[in-house]
Amino acid sequence: MKKWLRNWRLVSLVSAMALLLAGCGKPFLSTLQPAGEVADMQYKLMLLSTAIMVIVIAVVTIIFLYVVTRFRRRKGEENKIPKQVEGSHTLEIIWTVIPIILLIILAVPTVLYTFKLADVKPMNKKERDVVVVNVRANLYWWEFEYPDYGIITSQDLVVPTNERVYFNLKASDVKHSFWIPAVGGKMDTNTDNTNQFFLTFDDKRAEEAGRLFYGKCAELCGPSHALMDFKVKALPRAEFDQWVEKMKNAKPVAATDPVVKRGEEIFNKSCIGCHAVTPVDGRPEQARLAPNLADFADRSRIAGILEHNEENLKAWLKDPEKIKPGNKMTGTYPALSDEELEALTKYLMTLSVE
Amino acid sequence: MSTLARKKGVGAVIWDYLTTVDHKKIAILYLIAGGFFFLLGGLEAMIIRIQLAVPNNDFISAGFYNEVLTMHGTTMIFLAAMPLVFAMMNAVVPIQIGARDVAFPFLNALGFWLFFFGGVFLNLSWFLGGAPDAGWTSYASLSLASPTHGIDFYVLGLQISGFGTLIGGINFLVTIINMRAPGMTYMRMPMFTWATFVTSALILFAFPPLTVGLIFMMMDRLFGGNFFDPALGGNTIIWEHLFWIFGHPEVYILVLPAFGIFSEIFATFSRKRLFGYSSMVFATVLIGFLGFMVWAHHMFTVGMGPIANAIFAVATMAIAVPTGIKIFNWLFTMWGGSIRFTTPMIYAVAFIPSFVIGGVTGVMNATAAADYQYHDSYFVVAHFHYVIVGGVVFALLAGAHYWWPKMFGKMLDEKLGKVTFWLFFIGFHLTFFIQHFLGLMGMPRRVFTFLPGQGFETGNMISTVGAFFMAAGTVVLLANVVITTVKGKRVGNDPWEDGRTLEWAVSSPAPEYNFAQTPLVRGLDAYWIEKMEGKKGLTPAEPLGDIHMPNPSILPFVISLGLFVAAFGFLFHQDYAWGTPVGVVGLLITLGAMFFRSIIDDHGFHIHKEEVMEAEKKGAGA
Repeated sequence: MKKWLRNWRLVSLVSAMALLLAGCGKPFLSTLQPAGEVADMQYKLMLLSTAIMVIVIAVVTIIFLYVVTRFRRRKGEENKIPKQVEGSHTLEIIWTVIPIILLIILAVPTVLYTFKLADVKPMNKKERDVVVVNVRANLYWWEFEYPDYGIITSQDLVVPTNERVYFNLKASDVKHSFWIPAVGGKMDTNTDNTNQFFLTFDDKRAEEAGRLFYGKCAELCGPSHALMDFKVKALPRAEFDQWVEKMKNAKPVAATDPVVKRGEEIFNKSCIGCHAVTPVDGRPEQARLAPNLADFADRSRIAGILEHNEENLKAWLKDPEKIKPGNKMTGTYPALSDEELEALTKYLMTLSVE
Repeated sequence: MSTLARKKGVGAVIWDYLTTVDHKKIAILYLIAGGFFFLLGGLEAMIIRIQLAVPNNDFISAGFYNEVLTMHGTTMIFLAAMPLVFAMMNAVVPIQIGARDVAFPFLNALGFWLFFFGGVFLNLSWFLGGAPDAGWTSYASLSLASPTHGIDFYVLGLQISGFGTLIGGINFLVTIINMRAPGMTYMRMPMFTWATFVTSALILFAFPPLTVGLIFMMMDRLFGGNFFDPALGGNTIIWEHLFWIFGHPEVYILVLPAFGIFSEIFATFSRKRLFGYSSMVFATVLIGFLGFMVWAHHMFTVGMGPIANAIFAVATMAIAVPTGIKIFNWLFTMWGGSIRFTTPMIYAVAFIPSFVIGGVTGVMNATAAADYQYHDSYFVVAHFHYVIVGGVVFALLAGAHYWWPKMFGKMLDEKLGKVTFWLFFIGFHLTFFIQHFLGLMGMPRRVFTFLPGQGFETGNMISTVGAFFMAAGTVVLLANVVITTVKGKRVGNDPWEDGRTLEWAVSSPAPEYNFAQTPLVRGLDAYWIEKMEGKKGLTPAEPLGDIHMPNPSILPFVISLGLFVAAFGFLFHQDYAWGTPVGVVGLLITLGAMFFRSIIDDHGFHIHKEEVMEAEKKGAGA
């Protein structure tokens, strides 16, 4: 064997392996590492369809390689006129019927799963005993309302594991799409109607993924579409219930630190028109113009994308446009001095239900 | 009046092309304009790939990225792929059916100029406040919220160029039905002509829904309508339906001609007739028909419910069957043949595995439940680029190399052609294969950047490297065109030596009147039949006589210019007082030109028998 050929094989083998290993992506984000009932079904369908398609590709490739090597025009054949074949009924029937059979094999589970995934009856019963979350998508932020508990949070969705969680989905400005890749396919949040679906978060696999799944907006919605991320904290039912209780009973704590107090004043002057700081917010959704900040200090990210620390929070408050172009917060409040930034940051970091 | 063999100045040449109604010259116009927009769309693609090469890149801003992304898609589909397909149709179809021109030469020119002015209008948005930024699909809620005039340029520009396309489609339908030479029955038509026929029918039915959607949106944005405003009883989902009722057939409008081009090339360079011709025709018609039944598979995640999703899923899968028939027929055309690997043929050969990958991922997308994962992710981006680049662009490049001698009388350089092919082919797979995995790993499409730590870095870098290969291939192609134009040698009627269809029986380029005598078609692959019987030319179906030709006219240009001016005026009618008057003036120009067209009695002219004989003598000696 020639040396270059051996080297080439080695290189391609190694790179193929690297691709395979990296090809599955991150456990908190990848559809190839499903972490729940819905994603599992979809993953199974992916595997089935990929298997069928690999068979098809293999058959085509074998015939293809044979044909292009065997029937190339060789020296001395310049004047050869091949037999002009009209066609073959047998062959044509074969390559019509076999694909039809393959497609039926694929169509049956497709239809079955499509109906299974659309089963939202439990959430529409009068006396429901399932967790329901109203998701409202807004230009570059997400609101999560738990109508049965009367609490609202945003950016970080909190859900119980090992049970179906049901969602009402809608958008308040332009169309977005709600997608937690590792846990299940997406559904659009329309401006016209409310969509419904469910997801299941598997406890063991949530643990492996660090109990924090990545969520994405999957429909082009403006300049910061790429940055409209959210996070999902998947907790065991008991911990989820505790969280709900804490949210329900959260009371504003009187600030003692003078800096925090100063921050609260600034907040009440410039921010409270849009941002609520209590999880129980009875105002209609049209009045809820910005993310609820009641559990802000417990969040995993600043603005949904940056590491959660004071430095990033200051950067965001100073110039949100630089971080999320086209956001609706820029220019709605007066410029903040360094002292005011410091105070406001300190205050926001005290907003916790834990 | 005959322009045969007359040396002309630059001004006269430009005037000739502005007024021409000759399908061969219109083909060249489509080729140049479509090629220009292809380069523009390619440049936009390069900007996209550079921006996405590394995470958190700030090569361009988020807002500008959305404009580039929108214009890349819109330009490539409407202003590059469509006109390039029309270039091939115009260059080849009339000759393939043994006709002297299309049925309506005047309309043919009008179609081109409408497309051209629509495209120019759309691209003016770059200089007049910003390009459209809601994606090529321009979903209603986002496009109505867009603050610049970009979407207005999109809406008006596409209406104008859409009229052009519709006119072109109708023209080819009538041409193929009425203008076939004696003996050219439907089942003796070359496959590319069949593809053009079915495509034209698709255009006829697919473009009106788009026009309706665009008019609704124009009303909403410019004239106070509320078709898409849910607060006032409108509905944004309607836009999605209208757009995809057009948008899905549009895929087949592009890919059926591609299939047609490859069918010609496979047969020619395998030196064999197309295997299973009748089933190929059947499959083409079936794909065209099913193409209208599947639009909602673009909307599986909209919330249409399981019944609609299941029906559209199964219908979509069904399209794989006729497509599969075609793939196998091509393979068996080569089976037992004598394959010569010319540049067009290697594109055709490379198309098979590339397109099969795009096809099977299409079936994967059709599985509705799993599509909830694929939808709007990079998996979909990979899928449709495999179909459109691996299918349509490969076909256009193959067709350009294949028919270049017929259009310009010179062969493109084969060596450079193969360099282009390899660069483009490797770049294409490098760019798009990895994107399947990016999508499955959770990367949404239409993102202007991505954050580090999500596992997207390597894949995006590979993709960007691939894009540079494709760009390099395109540069070599341009060089090839220039070198060929300057230094290329003149060729005879049948430069590939294995031509089978009528276009290879006439000189390269074809004379103004195509055929001195209308040929008699005695079977499929009419020219091949004559060659096999040892004849040099075609069997004529009529005696040599004077040939009636249409007069050139500047009116198509003026009609289109009028609409361009009108769109410009109405676009600004809310901002400036001159808007409405300019719009009205534009409409008057158009209507005035149409009025003149109606009252001027234009009988055309004749090329006399003697002139034809002289031209034929020269052509035969070339």
